Amino acid sequence: MEKTVNQKAWFLVLPVLLLVAFSAVIPLMTVVNYSVQDTFGNNQFFWAGLEWFKEMLESERMWDALGRQLMFSGIILAIEIPLGIFVALNMPKGGFWASLCLVLMSLPLLIPWNVVGTIWQIFGRVDIGLLGYTLDALGVNYNYTQDTVAAWITIVVMDVWHWTSLVALLAYAGLKSIPDAYYQAAKIDQASRWKVFRFIELPKMMGVLMIAILLRFMDSFMIYTEPFVVTGGGPGNATTLLSIDLVKMALGQFDLGPAAAFSLMYFLVILLISWVFYTVMVNLDKREG
Amino acid sequence: MADLSANQSTSRGLSLPRINSRAVVMTLYLLFLLLPIYWLLNMSLKTNTEILNEFTLWPRNLTFANYATILTDPAWYMGYVNSLIYVVMNTVISLAVALPAAYAFSRYHFMGDKHLFFWLLTNRMAPPAVFALPFFQLYSSVGLFDTHIAVALAHCLFNVPLAVWILEGFMRGVPKEIDETAYIDGYSFGSFFVKIFTPLIASGIGVAAFFCFMFSWVELLLSRTLTTVDAKPIAAIMTRTQGASGIDWGVLAAAGILTIVPGALVIYFVRNYIAKGFALGRV
Amino acid sequence: MAKITLDNLAHSYLPNPASEDDFALKELNHDWEDGAAYALLGSSGCGKSTLLNIISGLLHPSQGRILFDGKDVTGAPTAERNIAQVFQFPVVYDTMTVHDNLAFPLRNRGRDEAYVAERVQEIARMIGMEDMLRKKARGLTADAKQKISLGRGMVRKDVNALLFDEPLTVIDPHMKWELRTQLKKLHHDFGHTMIYVTHDQTEALTFADKVVVMYDGRVVQIGTPEELFERPEHTFVGYFIGSPGMNVIPAKIDGNKAYINGSFVELSQGYKPLDGKVEIGVRPEFARLSQSEGLPVKVRRVEDVGRHKIIRAEFFGTDINIIAGEDDRISADMNRVTFDAAHVNVYANDWRVQGSAA
Repeated sequence: MEKTVNQKAWFLVLPVLLLVAFSAVIPLMTVVNYSVQDTFGNNQFFWAGLEWFKEMLESERMWDALGRQLMFSGIILAIEIPLGIFVALNMPKGGFWASLCLVLMSLPLLIPWNVVGTIWQIFGRVDIGLLGYTLDALGVNYNYTQDTVAAWITIVVMDVWHWTSLVALLAYAGLKSIPDAYYQAAKIDQASRWKVFRFIELPKMMGVLMIAILLRFMDSFMIYTEPFVVTGGGPGNATTLLSIDLVKMALGQFDLGPAAAFSLMYFLVILLISWVFYTVMVNLDKREG
Repeated sequence: MADLSANQSTSRGLSLPRINSRAVVMTLYLLFLLLPIYWLLNMSLKTNTEILNEFTLWPRNLTFANYATILTDPAWYMGYVNSLIYVVMNTVISLAVALPAAYAFSRYHFMGDKHLFFWLLTNRMAPPAVFALPFFQLYSSVGLFDTHIAVALAHCLFNVPLAVWILEGFMRGVPKEIDETAYIDGYSFGSFFVKIFTPLIASGIGVAAFFCFMFSWVELLLSRTLTTVDAKPIAAIMTRTQGASGIDWGVLAAAGILTIVPGALVIYFVRNYIAKGFALGRV
Repeated sequence: MAKITLDNLAHSYLPNPASEDDFALKELNHDWEDGAAYALLGSSGCGKSTLLNIISGLLHPSQGRILFDGKDVTGAPTAERNIAQVFQFPVVYDTMTVHDNLAFPLRNRGRDEAYVAERVQEIARMIGMEDMLRKKARGLTADAKQKISLGRGMVRKDVNALLFDEPLTVIDPHMKWELRTQLKKLHHDFGHTMIYVTHDQTEALTFADKVVVMYDGRVVQIGTPEELFERPEHTFVGYFIGSPGMNVIPAKIDGNKAYINGSFVELSQGYKPLDGKVEIGVRPEFARLSQSEGLPVKVRRVEDVGRHKIIRAEFFGTDINIIAGEDDRISADMNRVTFDAAHVNVYANDWRVQGSAA
């Protein structure tokens, strides 16, 4: 659509600006403020410069958490994106069954995040959970509170359970927008199923898939509640992701300075990666248009 | 067309196995999704004795006592009321400020519009964990700690950008000629916006409202940090089941099931728009 | 290249069609001659795309058989039928280059690269896209994309038939003419059986040897452009072809006279008594305005369209059109009309009735 230049449009944006400034800028400034000061807990603050940033950059704790976080986001993206596409390809094309699938698939997306954690915490327990009990009965040594691998598998499966439907819904919407003529032409050109996917379905899904990847990356990078409820970050620190570590530091230990420095770097990493995604997306949009 | 080609293949008998394999994939996937939820439901209808002492695939002694506990104890059900209050407040505030802003983004170029749009998006990317502590201090200092409005405002951090994005997507679909015709017909901006434009994007408003509702409903970290008693959300109250005598599993499960209900109800109404909403109106 | 036979073919989109109205394509028997160029003409929703999709195998007919050179292919999938089809809107593979798009049908059939390269060059020359072969198909104009679709349809030499489903809808008018000419030339050079679906009579009449006119799921006439013009077998053909269409006037027939409100018009042939809705059909080209001869007519308006004039008039309560030459003078006292008896057709219940020499 052709847009006209109108500086008065600023007035329409003003309420959003004020609100978001209040709920984002002021808190963020507090964080910046803490990140450059030190305190001994008696409400007296000292200028600490970039000391905390230096400390955090040198701290093994943060790098470990970042490593775990990248591993977690990487694993769930590698599972959820292909699985979501696969599910979307197998969805009914329309009618009652499609509606039913849409409603049932959306269900996990609307469950409060701590309840998601609770569900899996229960489900995986060896004494009262269906999954844990079954695995135990089959002779598999599965205990997510003791065993690192089991804990990781649990939180990854939980995230796949929670969010794959989102990817599938987006991919499905992309698939639905492909006109029938494309499939007919492919039949006439004698294209194999793989080529139909590779040259028709995948290119047409690219736009929504980028959004799906962006959302899944962002949200998995900030994940807190669900794994915290299930494992509490353990066993040991095995599943202590960035947010869990940060909350531990800020609200648990009240290490304000390091936590603030940590926060800022954490936010910057997300911003940087998201900005790359966003730029790619906008360019993709342009090419489509 | 799609149905017809399916018909055609069945009559040939060639793709019969493929149709089955689709059904199998979907059945397996839905089973995977529903089994944990079923297990929660199953537990919520059992007594604690049955939960802990027997392993049963369905309740042998069906009981609604767990639900009765929640629905008769104000300390429990006020959690739902609190959650609903701040969720509704958040939805109303988010939409009220997002509507004019989305209109501006969809219709006009103005200084810094692109940067502003990206900056809004960055708030959607902000980890709640980063904001938990500063929010706690900010709302304490202005005397809003443990109030519904505090949680509602805090959730605006990610819901307002989301609402702007979704609404902007829907508004781009409305031809600009409609605005121009209305102005020529003598409508002021306000009356045009309320009387003509809003009905046109009603479905978009519905979708945006749904997503604000949803993300405010599922969020726990901020709402728990900002409340202690008066505005404590149900999700936070659930941790209460961890009493001296161990966890009250039945009540915990029942509380969990009850938090799923509102979401399940509203999904039905927006089922065809869910993808569009998640794609920030870009499908 | 093959002769395509439709045997008792019919199709309904409903699972259990009850009445004839449920059929999008009503029962049909027809041979498409090997190597001929056909146009399938009709307004939208008349079943022409349904018929095309049945021939290409994208749809399975509810009843009847399709034979290619006498071999039953009703159950054969699209790929086995070895036909090419071009759709209304350009279908290109966005992520491939123009070259790969054109090569796609050949590569899928396992042709060797040398042959593919040669064929693609040939086709690219034909559609005038030789200098764009390296470009990605995404981002090309609709014109160019549709040319790629056309090229992809023509790239295989051995196709049994080439089907076009309103392929020029999205093309600029001047390009339309050029592409149509190229298609005709292609047909001339290679002799493929071609079926060209369109709702544009000019396109149909200029492209095809034979035009198949469809109306409401039924083939109402198959004939050369000339036959369609001179002897429309159905009032729809008369009305749909020609600009303006044939005048259809309610009448009573008695021998070799048609009575309209007590006055009569001479016919060139004699007719037996007819039942039902009886009408005569006269093309505007065969009606003439006059001062003295013929039946009374009330002239409403004269439109000058350049090559000729169209006179809009009222004739015993029916609207009729009369075409007069560009240089003919129309004066106010011309209030009578005559019809050329040799070109007056008689219709009973919309179908043309054959008369006997009087």
